[in-house]
Amino acid sequence: MNLFEYLLRLGDDRLVLGHRLSEWCGHGPILEEDIALANIALDLIGQATLYLKLAGETEGKGRTADELVYFRDAIDYRNLQIVELPNGDYAFTIVRQFLFDVFSYHLLEQLQKSANTEIGGISAKAFKEVRYHVRHSSEWVLRMGDGTEESHTRAQKAVNDLWRFTAEMFESDEVDREMAAAGIGADVEAIRPKWEAVVKDVLGRATLTIPNDPPAMTGGRRGRHTEHLSRMLAEMQVVARTHPGAQW
Amino acid sequence: MVIGARENILEILTEVKDPELPMIDIVELGIVRDVALDGDQLRVDVTPTYSGCPAIQVIEQDIVTTLHAHGFDNVRVNTVLSPAWTTDWLSDATKQKLRDNGIAPPGSVAETGGIAELVSLRRARASVECPFCGSSNTQEKSEFGSTACKAIHYCDSCHQPFDHFKSF
Repeated sequence: MNLFEYLLRLGDDRLVLGHRLSEWCGHGPILEEDIALANIALDLIGQATLYLKLAGETEGKGRTADELVYFRDAIDYRNLQIVELPNGDYAFTIVRQFLFDVFSYHLLEQLQKSANTEIGGISAKAFKEVRYHVRHSSEWVLRMGDGTEESHTRAQKAVNDLWRFTAEMFESDEVDREMAAAGIGADVEAIRPKWEAVVKDVLGRATLTIPNDPPAMTGGRRGRHTEHLSRMLAEMQVVARTHPGAQW
Repeated sequence: MVIGARENILEILTEVKDPELPMIDIVELGIVRDVALDGDQLRVDVTPTYSGCPAIQVIEQDIVTTLHAHGFDNVRVNTVLSPAWTTDWLSDATKQKLRDNGIAPPGSVAETGGIAELVSLRRARASVECPFCGSSNTQEKSEFGSTACKAIHYCDSCHQPFDHFKSF
């Protein structure tokens, strides 16, 4: 069942972040960014659908991607806490996106060679999409960090507030280790130095500083979430739960 | 399947257009990967363009409807994920159709560099030729446009905004 668990993690990270980004639709600071975030949200939710469909098939209880998305409670979600945090201002959304995109880039780079050919296929496509995402988010980190006093202050606050949520990306437990050993999953500990190198380079050029080792927030992979996830799910799931099986 | 039947079915499938690019059919777009008979069931293998492309569901329905109309009652659309779809599968004729409809076609997908290349404001941006006046004096406004597959560009010669079908 560790493969099922692993697929939930891959799917839930992208679903929850995709949903958060979709909340910007119609509220973006400029039209191009409104469109960009909606596009990135669509890519992430598409990736999540593919991973979760595979999760349902792996579990073998007949659960579809929709059922996994709409009928699990927060405690059964396996996403990182960083993706469930409310969007905050645009700087917070973009800095969070950048930190995740760089992680996702390196993760998918490995997963496209997964011994599980279905994970490999989904990840190869997702990797091509994330190349566009990481370029978008890193460009905005550079512009905002090295921009006006206002944009710099907001971007720096975002880095300060988000940093304690980044360690969770690189935690590996029994599930990760088993999947990595089987050549199915990625070795997240090996990703860490690559992630740090890119993040430090971009933040440095953006004149942003990294806070000194704040206590790490963790637990999402075990179903321990911030209060924000259940509120987000309440909104995301209400129609499906009020009208189960509805078609439109 | 009798000889020639595969080509006939592919020919029928050219009647199915991409709802977001109605000048292009799904065979030339490269998303129909194969057709085959499994017993008395006709299987159509399709691969999505982008993971979240909403057109794929409409396309799958259109495949079934179109083949029904041609007398194939038992049709199954099968999703295949490998190899991942690429714009390199578009022929020159298809790229010309895009251009004729005001959409700059994709260049070839260059050997992709590493992440260091992606996170630079000073990256070399390929000049995209304006589909209206042919000028190369154009600028990229956003890599994300009206659909997942398009970017927004602007022509500084004829002052016309246009879509660019991204290399992918």
